[in-house]
Amino acid sequence: MKIVVLAKHVPDATGERTFAPDGTVDRTASDGLLSELDEYAVEQALQIADDGDDVDVVVMTLGPDDASDAIKRALQMGASAGIHIVDDPVHGSDALATSALLAEAIKRATPDLVICGMASTDGTMGVIPAMVAERLGWPAVTLGATLSVADGRVTIRRDDDVASSTIEAELPAIVSVTDQSGEARYPSMRGILAAKKKPVETWTLADLGIDGSAVGLDAAWSKVLQTSPRPAKEAGRVVEEENGTSAFIDFLTAGKYI
Amino acid sequence: MSEVLIVAEHVDSHVSKPALELLTLARRIGEPVAVVFGDTSETIAKELGEYGAVRVLTVTDPAMDGYLVAPQAEALAQIAQTMQPTAILITSTPEGKEIAGRLAVKLGSGLITDATDVAADGSTTQSVFAGNWTVTASVTHGAPVITVKPNAITPEAAPTEATTEQIEVTISDAAKTARIVSREPKRSSGRPELTEAAVVVSGGRGTGGDFAAVEELADVLGGAVGASRAAVDAGWYPYAYQIGQTGKTVSPQLYIAVGISGAIQHRAGMQTSKAIVAVNKDSEAPIFAIADLGIVGDLHRVLPAVIEAIKERKG
Repeated sequence: MKIVVLAKHVPDATGERTFAPDGTVDRTASDGLLSELDEYAVEQALQIADDGDDVDVVVMTLGPDDASDAIKRALQMGASAGIHIVDDPVHGSDALATSALLAEAIKRATPDLVICGMASTDGTMGVIPAMVAERLGWPAVTLGATLSVADGRVTIRRDDDVASSTIEAELPAIVSVTDQSGEARYPSMRGILAAKKKPVETWTLADLGIDGSAVGLDAAWSKVLQTSPRPAKEAGRVVEEENGTSAFIDFLTAGKYI
Repeated sequence: MSEVLIVAEHVDSHVSKPALELLTLARRIGEPVAVVFGDTSETIAKELGEYGAVRVLTVTDPAMDGYLVAPQAEALAQIAQTMQPTAILITSTPEGKEIAGRLAVKLGSGLITDATDVAADGSTTQSVFAGNWTVTASVTHGAPVITVKPNAITPEAAPTEATTEQIEVTISDAAKTARIVSREPKRSSGRPELTEAAVVVSGGRGTGGDFAAVEELADVLGGAVGASRAAVDAGWYPYAYQIGQTGKTVSPQLYIAVGISGAIQHRAGMQTSKAIVAVNKDSEAPIFAIADLGIVGDLHRVLPAVIEAIKERKG
């Protein structure tokens, strides 16, 4: 079985995140890394590989040169190969172009199963798995707190506000897993050394048969009008415990909460 | 006048508050037309009319139940192709966003998610990067497909007499592939909906797993209970109550963070609250930087004292 994990390289959420003059996410302002939420997807793929025979885990990323760091991390965790889709015109692509590119790349990679994180930590849209599935005509089995694959079928458990549901679909399918699916493993020293020898292919738009004019900022169907930093909150009052109760009650009274 | 399509969520034959928020926004752009999946109750049509829906379209195809969202996206695409709406507004739930994404692909429309406001020209406001930036954007191709965060605006009534139509749709086999094979409903907490509550009291690692005081404080203030990811990961509180980047985003009048340090991932889910109170032992906790009132102290002593004082005041 072949599993493709879609992994995104994102700016570190704990660093200073900002926008470039063209309204896109500034990817040079701070160090990037494999999106934390995609680590869960890599982990689930590796667990399936650990438990099964002959499971290939290929990590696929779409992004500029630096995005290869996300592939590297996944290979160190234990993925067997990487595919890096990189081409200048891709810069500034919206979710529609991104999903079209990924759908073509998935067709070319011919996996049985695609595993995604629940959302990226920068854009946080959470729409790519469903949009890629829409384009491929595959089932989208999203937001799994657990994931299992058996007899050509994928099964997840989804926990939402009102119910806990079991959802299944035939392969090939695209799934996404939440941060409830299980802690992602850290790369071992052996994993880090082995990763250096693992194959990483570079695919361009030409490889996917997509014209450069169909993707990128100019082809996006939405545009950013303005970006502005939220004004820093004025530091409030901080009191010690002995004055805590009266300060709390005064605050609640002033705000008419009681 | 142009029509704006909204998807009206409902529970127990009543319209959910986020749907009333969508109607309020839709009225700025044109005449709201509401789509209701799976329930033809008169109460729903009446409530939608109260908030300005001129037409209510009900879809009761059996495929609307039993599968993940693909059939609903197909139904909406068929409706949109017939009525040619100026814009389509959907509530920003995980399902709502997936429907919106699929619909944008089907209709060839631009997509904007997690809007906190929508203007008359269809342009949107979003809060991004953990609430540290505000972005305005607009769709430039096709009828905009926009998902709107619950609780972002206050619904305003605008009574009309809505006409109701039952819509027949054709759902393909390809949309019926992600099957819900079992469903176990959760017990209701009896507290207000987390994303709709005016007051939210959240517990974190500092509670040590005992949420009794957090729940009691929420109850005396008529609020909802939330939890940090650390508390959820420790198994102390269910995932449905997690606030932060990978959980719920809340924006209540008052947010009380109890034993929560305030990592960026948590702040992403509560930073836009109108007022914030934090109780934490560690005076260096980042939550204090965004709190209107910070209490440096042991929550196990502070909370019971505060609860007692509130009860006394209430008599």
